[in-house]
Amino acid sequence: MRRQVVLITILAILIGLTVWITSLDKIGIYDVFSWSDLLSDARAHLKMVLIAEVIATSIAVPLAILVTRPGLKRLATPVIFGANVGQTLPSLAVIAIMAPLLGFGLQSAIVALCIYGLLPILRNSYAGINNIEPAIIEAGRGMGMTIGQIARKIELPLALPVIMAGIRISTVITVGTAELAVLVGGKGLGRITFTGVLARQPLLILQGAAPTAAMAIILGFILERIEKWMTPRGLQLKAGIS
Amino acid sequence: MVEAWQWVTKHPDKLAGWTLEHIWIVSVAIAIAVVLGVALGIYISRPGKEHIADSVLYLAEIMMTVPSLALFGLLMLILGTIGLKVIGFLPAVIALVIYGQLPILRNTYIAIREVDPAMIEAGKGMGMSERQLLFKVKLPLAVPIIMAGLRNAIVLLIGITAIAAIIGAGGLGVPIFRGLRNARMDLIIIGGVSVSILALVVDGLMGRVERWVTPRGLKRR
Amino acid sequence: MIRLDQVTKIYPDGTEAVNEVSLEVGEGELCVLLGPSGCGKTTTMKVINRIIPITKGKIYIDGTDTTKIDEDELRRNIGYAIQEIGLFPHMTVGQNIQVVPALKGWPKDKRSERAEELLELVGMNSAEFMNKYPSELSGGQRQRVGVARALGADPPILLMDEPFGAIDPITRVRLQDEFLKIEQEIKKTIIFVTHDIYEAIKMGDKIALMNEGRLVQYDTPSNLLFKPKNEFVEQFVGADRALKGLQLIRVKELMTGTPPLAKADERVVTVQARMEREGVDCLAVVDNEGKFLGWVDRVNVGKGETVRDIINRSVATATANAVLSEALSLMLSSGFKTLAIVDGINKLEGVLSFDAIQLALSEVAQRRGSE
Repeated sequence: MRRQVVLITILAILIGLTVWITSLDKIGIYDVFSWSDLLSDARAHLKMVLIAEVIATSIAVPLAILVTRPGLKRLATPVIFGANVGQTLPSLAVIAIMAPLLGFGLQSAIVALCIYGLLPILRNSYAGINNIEPAIIEAGRGMGMTIGQIARKIELPLALPVIMAGIRISTVITVGTAELAVLVGGKGLGRITFTGVLARQPLLILQGAAPTAAMAIILGFILERIEKWMTPRGLQLKAGIS
Repeated sequence: MVEAWQWVTKHPDKLAGWTLEHIWIVSVAIAIAVVLGVALGIYISRPGKEHIADSVLYLAEIMMTVPSLALFGLLMLILGTIGLKVIGFLPAVIALVIYGQLPILRNTYIAIREVDPAMIEAGKGMGMSERQLLFKVKLPLAVPIIMAGLRNAIVLLIGITAIAAIIGAGGLGVPIFRGLRNARMDLIIIGGVSVSILALVVDGLMGRVERWVTPRGLKRR
Repeated sequence: MIRLDQVTKIYPDGTEAVNEVSLEVGEGELCVLLGPSGCGKTTTMKVINRIIPITKGKIYIDGTDTTKIDEDELRRNIGYAIQEIGLFPHMTVGQNIQVVPALKGWPKDKRSERAEELLELVGMNSAEFMNKYPSELSGGQRQRVGVARALGADPPILLMDEPFGAIDPITRVRLQDEFLKIEQEIKKTIIFVTHDIYEAIKMGDKIALMNEGRLVQYDTPSNLLFKPKNEFVEQFVGADRALKGLQLIRVKELMTGTPPLAKADERVVTVQARMEREGVDCLAVVDNEGKFLGWVDRVNVGKGETVRDIINRSVATATANAVLSEALSLMLSSGFKTLAIVDGINKLEGVLSFDAIQLALSEVAQRRGSE
């Protein structure tokens, strides 16, 4: 209940700000962006985030599954170490460095977002699969489940909530990071925000940044719902959520 | 790459300046964030404050999802309205303090709440007052977890400080943005690599500190 | 039938977990692998369903080398219950029990019928528990479901690794007793791992005592207690092994087969002659269906015409699963030095004599005297 109040208040402030600013005519000497500009930027922003997330997920989850296979466990240490180091790097550095590596353009932006978005998914997927009680896996083996059956019927369903949490965390971070991606040629709400930054106009910054924040919060909320919905009932009871 | 290195050998003073500036901003912000976060964490972990705790932690969690540029914008707006400087050091530090809250606050809260009730009862049984219990039992046991939160916060703030350069705070974000604006790849590399090294080194150091402050009895092996 | 032939397991780090162990477990037998921790008993169990591959030796099930059978196929025909239970937390109790039947492609209604049946077998109300999740069960209930799951597809062989391990002592004893009853119904070949000597003697038809990867003694519980092969066995079973024997050894181990019989309507003279011929002091009286009626004693032969007149009906009986201490106390209270052992419907299966108990115990005493 209290949580919903907090959530709705913040969303109301962000959306209210966006609507109010967009309805203004001018800020100082600058024109505000029109509704159609705002909407098309928002759509481009969302699209960029979704593409990056889909690619990141389809790399990170199989990679996590791969390094948790019994024969390939020695790959896990370097891969997870890499993911940890990667997450320590500042997002701005990862994005900026794409310019000298790949040049300016949408693909640089998406590659940067993918790489940065991949790390939390990889870490969570690995933890989710790796933290399953060994006794559960052994019971499955002892009952004659094949390796594929253990992966499909035991490991994935049990790790799914943790994997989904990784995707949620990654998506929320990527929505914010995507603002910076305009610096290397990305599209989206960052365009408005950086116009405001250069003009040193807080309201113009907020015209881009407030809807970005709202988008992050809303996506986070939706993905959290999906996460709960995907959590097997037997696990919900365990965690006492029910 | 080669140009970047040549530039560094030519202007080591500039790189050192940005780096020191970066460390200074993060240090100031983290000092304030720790005092605030730990105090608030202790306060909301007291019995009977569960509802406030839940709302505060949730608020901090949501604030983490707000992109830094949005927070900068918001702070500039508020500071402007009350007549303070809207760019530079002040809005940057305020934003950093806010971002530093979640890891520190949450870890403090969890650490104190999760102290074994048996230990608290033992303390009470020996006649410790609430205050003595907090300082002699709860906090020492919570220190390693609070340190882990601090470590996360510092690494996070080093990253956000780089972005704060765009509102005139200075630091290693300066060459990155300058390079991006003027397509000066050498500057981008210098800024990006330096700030990454800074984050990795500080993370490594904090890992050491974390182990060092863990009470001997709690260390694993 | 399971046969281990010089099985050796050496782990990659060089540890010799199992060292040339050979043993044979007959069909329908419950064989307990017993020993201190690290003795190799769990490894010995896990090589049977090839959860752990062996380094040397052969394992045969019903004469077939297990390495010639597909690994998964092999395991689907061997029930497996482990100490940590390993119930799948995302599946209901019913789904857990149906895992192997589903793997084997049983039709759905047969599967759920089987699950209901098994839940009832382990003493749980199927309607109540079928759709519950493991997290909603108590420790004892989880253990029961673990056993039911191992029995899922009615495998002829069961492997059980300390299945009643992590459980409070009272529930544990209850589960053991229940399992002994179930075991009589299901007639499986069972390998049962434990470190608890009491559990081993109570549950086992045979006990394989292991130490440092080697099989020290493979014998019946009474032989292990009363005729320990060496000092290690003696120390492991403990100084109070006479007492343990009385508390835990079952009547069936010391009883002898059906004694000379008499019918109720036979004449005393005939019966007397039979006693002389067999060299015994008393005969067991049974009816036409073999049900036990009482004893006829040599001291009473002058007191009547037919067996019916002189029969001693006030005697106690015990089942083959009773422990020696129970049998002994029945003997003492009935004043009779022989106890009739009957099955569930009072049919005579054999007798247990006081002398047999005394003999077993005296061996313990002699061994101690000779030390």
